[in-house]
Amino acid sequence: MTTLLETVDLVTNFYTYEGVVKALNKVSLVVDHGSTFGLVGESGCGKSVTARSIMRIVQEPGRIEGGKVIVYLDEKNRQAGVDLLQQSEVYVEGLRGDQISMIFQEPNAALNPTMSIGDQVSESFLFHQKKEMCAKILEDLYALECRVFYPLKKFQQAVYRLAARDPEALALKILDRLPIVRLWRKRLKKEAKRRSIEIVGKLGIPYPEQIVEQYPHNLSGGMKQRIVIAIALACSPILLIADEATSNLDVTIQAQILELLRRLKKEVISSILLITHDLGVVAETCDRVGVMYAGNLVEVADVKDLFIKSLHPYTKALLEAVPKLSMEGTLKSIEGNVPNLVTPPPGCRFHPRCPHAMEICRKEAPDLIEIEGNHTVACHLF
Amino acid sequence: MEKILELRELKKHYPILGGVLRREVNSVKALDGVDLDIYRGECLGVVGESGCGKTTAGKTIIRLHDPTSGMVYYYRKDKGPEVRIDIGSKKGSTLKKLGIRGKLQMVFQDPTTSLDPRMLVKHIIAEPIKEQVSLGGRELEHRVVRLLGLVGLTRDHLLRYPHEFSGGQRQRIAVARAIATDPEFIVLDEPTSALDVSVQSQILNLLKSLQETLNLTYLFVTHHLLVVKYMSHRTAVMYLGKIVEIARTEDIFSQSAHPYTHALLSGIPVPDVEHKQRRIVLSGDVPSPVNPPPGCRFHPRCPFTVDRCRDEEPPLEGVEAAHKAACHRKSEVEKLVRDRFGTHAQ
Repeated sequence: MTTLLETVDLVTNFYTYEGVVKALNKVSLVVDHGSTFGLVGESGCGKSVTARSIMRIVQEPGRIEGGKVIVYLDEKNRQAGVDLLQQSEVYVEGLRGDQISMIFQEPNAALNPTMSIGDQVSESFLFHQKKEMCAKILEDLYALECRVFYPLKKFQQAVYRLAARDPEALALKILDRLPIVRLWRKRLKKEAKRRSIEIVGKLGIPYPEQIVEQYPHNLSGGMKQRIVIAIALACSPILLIADEATSNLDVTIQAQILELLRRLKKEVISSILLITHDLGVVAETCDRVGVMYAGNLVEVADVKDLFIKSLHPYTKALLEAVPKLSMEGTLKSIEGNVPNLVTPPPGCRFHPRCPHAMEICRKEAPDLIEIEGNHTVACHLF
Repeated sequence: MEKILELRELKKHYPILGGVLRREVNSVKALDGVDLDIYRGECLGVVGESGCGKTTAGKTIIRLHDPTSGMVYYYRKDKGPEVRIDIGSKKGSTLKKLGIRGKLQMVFQDPTTSLDPRMLVKHIIAEPIKEQVSLGGRELEHRVVRLLGLVGLTRDHLLRYPHEFSGGQRQRIAVARAIATDPEFIVLDEPTSALDVSVQSQILNLLKSLQETLNLTYLFVTHHLLVVKYMSHRTAVMYLGKIVEIARTEDIFSQSAHPYTHALLSGIPVPDVEHKQRRIVLSGDVPSPVNPPPGCRFHPRCPFTVDRCRDEEPPLEGVEAAHKAACHRKSEVEKLVRDRFGTHAQ
């Protein structure tokens, strides 16, 4: 397996009135080509901030203060890693939604209520695939069955030839200023809509032609979540970051969405970074799992190892705190609360709640060390 | 087992107003004929998808909502011999005069919104007590401290505002407020869905121990089936304003007789890598409760629909003595599911 994404000592801080919230404290994780990596943890542990830092969309007052986010987009060429944090905003913009895309947590907030579904899905085609679409339209214009008024056809062929070569050409910008002439773009929008209908239909939504004309408030929660997934998958990304893609949905709808992601992973996308707080979802969908606690990655392992022989006391406690199907007796719980990240505890951040806390835990933060094949843990016990 | 509450044909329809005169044009049938017995000292779990009427059921039982029709009988025992009172039709002031309001309490879903941000914890918990009895300041404070102790908080927390607490502690305060009036029956409306996993288990264990020490009866409303399995003795499964199956919790999980229950159970993601489960993925969404489908309400999504399901609504009838299901094919469901989706590999 080759690496697709690697974060090295990622540090993100939020500068609030109460002080500096140290949301990410040197997070290093690796996602391979063709795998599903699960990131679990309680709320406020930095899962979503990790995802946002990778995409470089951390909002004010947050700042990415250190580390690297390296992506190896080409599976063959190991040397071609790009550090996203060093690149220009324009470069990352070209990548976002195209090679790397994200499903956001709350479909109500992720969709624009004033735009129709079709327009929202088309947006990413119009942004990332202008060239391909112009080339496709040009082909159609030259095709035999294209019946358009002859001079108009000639004009459109000329414009689209220009656009297929360079969609940002100055001549096109001038044309856009002229009334009537600017209608040449209609074909482009139509093509984008055609592609939207195709992708929406692919996600198992019935009657996609009607759905794209509707607005978000017309759809149910599960439907909206599918549209958000459709937008994320529009340009067949290499890496899909799913931030709590199923948390707000009902059990039966959640089962539908997970089934869909599993199917899509086989067909379209290469890798998924799945962020969730539900250990059940992780057990069913992921290959590798990272457990986060208070801004630190405390354990990374293959999914089987993590559930059967977890090492970190926090992981163990978390697994015991979840109600299971085959369960007798009382649930165990973790005493205390998640620490405040403005003043995190010194040393290991879990030590105030840890049953095995030692003297050294209060002073020194443990590093992630590899215990056995591919199982790393950050704890002084090992 | 003696009953504490009995629901008969309980209906709650929310009107949809339309036209220039804002007349009622249609209604959302949130509860559409629910029959239910709740026994003293049990924890009855109510599960279902969002919009199926779980919360409405809880709120209507304790008369936060007025039912459209139907009866809610409360068996009152504290003063002398047992009497049956229909609280569904009584006026609010009458209920208060009879002292029933304090006996039926509720814990809400999100403690951030259910606690007044401008009141001290002391006042939040004392408020329901003051409604019931008049006590002097010192004795009131004494009782509040005792309640805080019951839910695992201390005297130090008295003079603080809700925002100073974490989610789990806030839910503890909400529980303390609910038990302040010595209730017999508490509706727990998704008490842990806003909380983290590690805190969720704390609250669940707290609720369990309170039930034993204070001899409470719970109606536990949730969409999380594993939590219901942990908490409740009996479980009712709701779909579109109706109860489709009710049985002891073990029976629901091991030998459910309704296809919807099967689908719900198979949809739970299980935190166990060796457990490979069969999965019944239902197509489509829950239909709108404004115009529920005719016949069996589940038939458009049911994998085993026959003609009879489209025309005739199945009654909630017994499979066994304590196990009722509303399905025309309830005796064959187990076999149908096995043939179509394989066996449980538990």
